[in-house]
Amino acid sequence: MSAMPPQLHRFSNVPTVAKSTQIIFNWLFRSATYLILICASIVFGYIIIKGLPVIFKVSPPFVNWEFLTQKPETLHVFERDDGSKFQVSETAMRDRMAAGETMPTKEETYVYSAGGIFPCIVGTVLLVLGSMAIALVLGVCSAVYLSEYSNQGRIINFIRLAILNLAGVPSIVFGLFGFGLFVLAFHWKVSLLAGWFTLAFMVLPIIITASEESLRAVPKGFREGSLALGATQWQTIQSNVLPYALPGILTSSILSVARVAGETAPIMFTAAVVMRNNLPWEGLKHSTDFFFQAVMALPYHIYVLATKVPPNEFTERAQYGASFVFLFVVMAIALVSMILRSKVRSKYKW
Amino acid sequence: MTHTKMDVSASLTPSAGTHETVYRTLIEVDNVDFYYGQSKALHDINLKIPEKMVTSFIGPSGCGKSTLLRCLNRMNDLIDGTRVGKGEIRIDGVNIYSPDVDVIELRKRVGMVFQKSNPFPKSIYENIIYGLRIQGINNKSLFNEVVEKSLRGAALWDEVKDRLHESALGMSGGQMQRLCIARAIAVNPEIILMDEPCSALDPIATMKIEELIHELKRQFTIVIVTHNMQQAGRCSDFTAFYYIGKLIEFDRTEKIFTNPAQKQTEDYITGRFG
Repeated sequence: MSAMPPQLHRFSNVPTVAKSTQIIFNWLFRSATYLILICASIVFGYIIIKGLPVIFKVSPPFVNWEFLTQKPETLHVFERDDGSKFQVSETAMRDRMAAGETMPTKEETYVYSAGGIFPCIVGTVLLVLGSMAIALVLGVCSAVYLSEYSNQGRIINFIRLAILNLAGVPSIVFGLFGFGLFVLAFHWKVSLLAGWFTLAFMVLPIIITASEESLRAVPKGFREGSLALGATQWQTIQSNVLPYALPGILTSSILSVARVAGETAPIMFTAAVVMRNNLPWEGLKHSTDFFFQAVMALPYHIYVLATKVPPNEFTERAQYGASFVFLFVVMAIALVSMILRSKVRSKYKW
Repeated sequence: MTHTKMDVSASLTPSAGTHETVYRTLIEVDNVDFYYGQSKALHDINLKIPEKMVTSFIGPSGCGKSTLLRCLNRMNDLIDGTRVGKGEIRIDGVNIYSPDVDVIELRKRVGMVFQKSNPFPKSIYENIIYGLRIQGINNKSLFNEVVEKSLRGAALWDEVKDRLHESALGMSGGQMQRLCIARAIAVNPEIILMDEPCSALDPIATMKIEELIHELKRQFTIVIVTHNMQQAGRCSDFTAFYYIGKLIEFDRTEKIFTNPAQKQTEDYITGRFG
């Protein structure tokens, strides 16, 4: 026996063009989001799948600490007479030869494919911390000036337009700018300091724009109430505006961290070297030499591995391991920013 | 700093037979024009506001009453393109728009309560002592004293004395507005400007604030802008009626509401327009 159709009443669901359109658009928006998710998953997933075997081991201590704590070395692959191959890093080979062992004559060498990437991790972390500090200070100060102190008019609008345009400048141009100004004209040479400022200028437009938006989102009533009690403008901004704009500023910094950590072009001429024997805190004659030394960096290392060495299975391991670690480092810094942001949000609720 | 001790302007001459107290003019608006950019918002305003009394500004929307109120503590300076075209506004004989006047000092002496209550998203305690902190005062016992005095003065002490360190945003609308009043009186100003303080409040909260105004006028000079004519009639001693940027009439409240001199005033009071 078939079911009785539901009785039509005044609130029945009658299909209309508007309702069908609404369903179509709902699915359109949903598909767009899922598409992005799928693409991101493919990229991340591929790196994770290829990088996991390099970083993690099945046997204790489960993490490939040598990869994370040693400097890159040349890999020697020897082929024994019976056809089997074994791999040995440069230092291990020297140790064994010093102990009297003779190595087979059939040998292939692959640069940077043995050892680890520790100096690169250190270099990237230093570059990110320094450039974010400079970018945040400069960016937030500019945003405060643009939105709170300046008289709105044609000149200020022109300055805002110029800042927005900076966001569209290719990163290689920033690299050349940094090279010309900081490395050559200021005589800083290829150094941490030059890299810091180049990277900071690269992310300034994002930080200034987002900070200005956050400052503007703070209700006018907070400012008026404070000024009406006889506060100066700086007192008002410091206690009644800036703390409540901080979550928005931190969000822009999360986005900027990923950009700063990952860009190769700006640091190629200004801060990064292919190989360096000393870690940044080793071999310094004066403490200020710390700022004027070049560093190794993860994105640059990945670039070198990909282009300067012919593709082979051994170097690929180092490449994916480096990419995996790089993703992890960026995620860790972003996570710290997010925790900081949620703490600030709960402290300065409005 | 000169002031006329017994200044009674022409429009305040008492009618025959009543006992009239003489009062001192505290705020004098002398022939003032005011511009928002190119458009003239106030035309030739002449006004003498007496000390320790409640003066109300009434008039239809857009007549310039809030503009004039905000001129008195120079809050209009925050808007780009505003200027006083001609004339002077004198408080205690000092022209507040002269270049040697420190706006910060002015705003400490002339407090303001806004139409939309704007308590800071801090604790009730922090809200009240904010005005003292920005002056560099850091005395804990003084803070406690001021908090209690201001909250009692704003008739809010009994309701919040147990939750002084909780967020100020967790109160009802009427309580938040009274907090703003407490915050304004904590810095001990001479004048309190109120820009439609009750327009967003229910009748009971409005009644509480009107009672508060009766208490406050013993200590402060109050100027209140209101859309609510009955409120002006209940609360104020003097009333000024504005229409399209001009001051039409200024007199004692009883006279304005029972026997206004200008026909426009009478039309507005009886509800024929506005």
